[in-house]
Amino acid sequence: MTRERAAKEPSMVRQKELIAGHYRRLARAREAGEAVVYTFVPGNLTELLLSFGAAAVLPEINALQSGMRGKSADYIARAEKAGHSEDVCTYVKCDLGMSLAGNVGPTGEPIPRPDLLLLSYTGCFTFMKWFELLRQQYHCPVAMLHVPYVWNGEVTPGMIAYVVDQIRSEVLPALEKATGRRFDEADLSRRLALSARAEDDLVWVLESARNRPSPIDAYFGGVYYIGPMFSAFRGTEEGAAYYGALRGEVQERLQAGRGPITPEGPMEEERFRLVVEGPPNWTSFREFWKMFYDEGAVVVASTYTKVGGLYDTGFRHDPGAPLESLARYCLGCYTNLNLPSRVDLLERYVRDYAADGFLINSVKSCNSFSAGQLVMLRELERRTGIAGGFIESDLVDPRYFSASNIKTRLESYLQMIAQKRLEAHHPPAAAAEGRAS
Amino acid sequence: MSLESIIAEAERLAFDLEFQGVKRWKEAAPGRRAIGYMPVYAPREVIHAAGMLPVGIFGGGDRIEIIRGDACFQSYICHIPRSTVELALSGRLGCLDGMLFPSTCDVIRNLSGMWKILLPGFYARYLDLPQNFDRRVGGRFHRTELLALASDLALLGGAPVTEETLRASIALYNENRRRVRALFDLRRRSPHLAPAVEAYLLLRAGCVVPVEDHNRMLDAYLEAAGAGDRPALDNCRVVLRGAFCETPPLALLRTIERAGCDIVDDDLVLVSRWIRDDVPEAGDPFEALAHAYLERSVANACRYAGEEEKGADLVAAVRQAGAEGVIFAAPSFCDPALLDQPMLVAALERAGIPYTAFKYSEDTGQFQPIREQAGTFADSIKLWSQP
Repeated sequence: MTRERAAKEPSMVRQKELIAGHYRRLARAREAGEAVVYTFVPGNLTELLLSFGAAAVLPEINALQSGMRGKSADYIARAEKAGHSEDVCTYVKCDLGMSLAGNVGPTGEPIPRPDLLLLSYTGCFTFMKWFELLRQQYHCPVAMLHVPYVWNGEVTPGMIAYVVDQIRSEVLPALEKATGRRFDEADLSRRLALSARAEDDLVWVLESARNRPSPIDAYFGGVYYIGPMFSAFRGTEEGAAYYGALRGEVQERLQAGRGPITPEGPMEEERFRLVVEGPPNWTSFREFWKMFYDEGAVVVASTYTKVGGLYDTGFRHDPGAPLESLARYCLGCYTNLNLPSRVDLLERYVRDYAADGFLINSVKSCNSFSAGQLVMLRELERRTGIAGGFIESDLVDPRYFSASNIKTRLESYLQMIAQKRLEAHHPPAAAAEGRAS
Repeated sequence: MSLESIIAEAERLAFDLEFQGVKRWKEAAPGRRAIGYMPVYAPREVIHAAGMLPVGIFGGGDRIEIIRGDACFQSYICHIPRSTVELALSGRLGCLDGMLFPSTCDVIRNLSGMWKILLPGFYARYLDLPQNFDRRVGGRFHRTELLALASDLALLGGAPVTEETLRASIALYNENRRRVRALFDLRRRSPHLAPAVEAYLLLRAGCVVPVEDHNRMLDAYLEAAGAGDRPALDNCRVVLRGAFCETPPLALLRTIERAGCDIVDDDLVLVSRWIRDDVPEAGDPFEALAHAYLERSVANACRYAGEEEKGADLVAAVRQAGAEGVIFAAPSFCDPALLDQPMLVAALERAGIPYTAFKYSEDTGQFQPIREQAGTFADSIKLWSQP
């Protein structure tokens, strides 16, 4: 069976080229004499790695790309066969399985072994175990960067000092050793300025969804938009250019009053505006998206697009205070925020983006996201007076994606919104009076 | 006191989900406060120095019906947060004046935020424990956190924590740690005299009574058990690992013992021996506690460790205890225990130490499969292990 070619925005095509280019760079990193550093998306220090000339491998990106390409089931099975529990994160098992299968990346090119594991321990406990497991496999050095949890909704000077101290005492020496280069603060600052430019454009794009119709889908489309920013292109000219072009493209759609581009072409009618909490499912990404656009549902804001950095509350990388800025960036990533702060953000999204409803996609793999989401749902319902929806799936384990269950739940949820909307225009009491007369 | 009466008292305290002992302690003098803490580690010395009672909260085990708690969690989340939420929402934790959530995993971390939403106005603090073990970095961070905690406790009505009061509390907890070490020595030496079930009950009881009382309880037990005449059984000797947060039902521990395994070491109620030896009683006590955490902590899954450190620690524990095998008993969906297990297994395989593994939840009610598995494991060790 051949799959119909998906319609794509020019920026999506460019994003794909950037990511593919990065995998090609990784495959050639050894011969190019580049040090290879594995690290995580939340709390990634991309500008710092680039200033050392190091190539970054992001295991979550490998896992999700494997999921989208239908390779994750086999990798997970390999990891479970090797003794990893069925209960734990499937990103980890997908990555370990890929490694056991020869470490050929999702694009079919080899992923080099790490010279350093930069354990940016930000917002996810599993990260720590993940790199402990990889260290056992590769016997390579690890630089641990413990980013304190913002448990009380406030970043304290002590937290910033702790992260900066670690960058100075652990991360910089480890990078100097792995790359053979000295730390160049001026180069880092130059890159942070490029980051800030790209971040301005990304925020503009995400906030364009406040318009009606929204010119973007901030979840399914959003994951394309954050790709370069959350992976290896923050702090690069290419990255800044990508976000400039993306902004122009969205501006054009906005001016023309057009909605987002879906895999089946431009979305004609915006019937529902939703806010979504939680990561998407990657193994059935297109099928999942279709469930939304078939119903005219557009996601106008999402929290998943904030895991690698929360910029729409004002943070920008600051070339004037490079290390402190990196620390603030790490501390502010979405899953490093406590639950009340996450609810605050969602509430703001529902109001600012004039959403009709909000939906939680709760994934089995990610306790960092998922533990507490049912309480968040009820709290958000209480604060907004809007009923929320709740669906369950997984990141890259296709065994946990039940299309019919999800579709039924989503359709029921949207029907409920439609019914409430109808009742708001024609209150039942008024209708009854009308019948009586 | 007889051995039976000590154990009966420990069991009553350990599983009193109405926390009557805590209530009585508070009622005995005006203005007394109690602070709860989740497993796995909490700096109880700081709470004690504030004149407050540290109270270990280990969920509801298999002794509580979960009604509200299940509505807060998806099916793939472990069980202890459900029963803990149940305890809170049913008013059973009403005797507490605050609650600490030490960094354990993402579920316990998020539970701290759920607490803030579900119980607005109640003091709930996430205790971020350092994963950097350099005194100038992680040590400084942890000391700052301990000072902030002490300051919060004063705002909650506790006494100001001075260097003097904290040193006195450290000294008392050092005495407690010495007794706990003596208990484990006895278990290793003569497991038939101090079975795992009894040790577990004693340590759980110690989490809900003042440390002074617990020290007396341990003294009485060590004297009575050490002088006991229980017969030694022809059991194999095992180390139990993975049960450091959500605890197994008592019947599960009994099942393992009845299946022919003497549990000569375990990681149950780890807070009582997270710091391996004494915390220095001289100098800056906040710094002493911070440095003890950095340098004297056990090698547990919740804590970052150097390559091979945790595996080597487990192998050393097996050797030190003269154990013949390891039983991994981890709660279902427990990220720390289950993600650590393959690394520990690799270390055991390299050392030629046999192991078996199963999962449980705190309200597990089916023990026959575990009895068969543990029994088969014990038999295999007896029959085929090298002497």
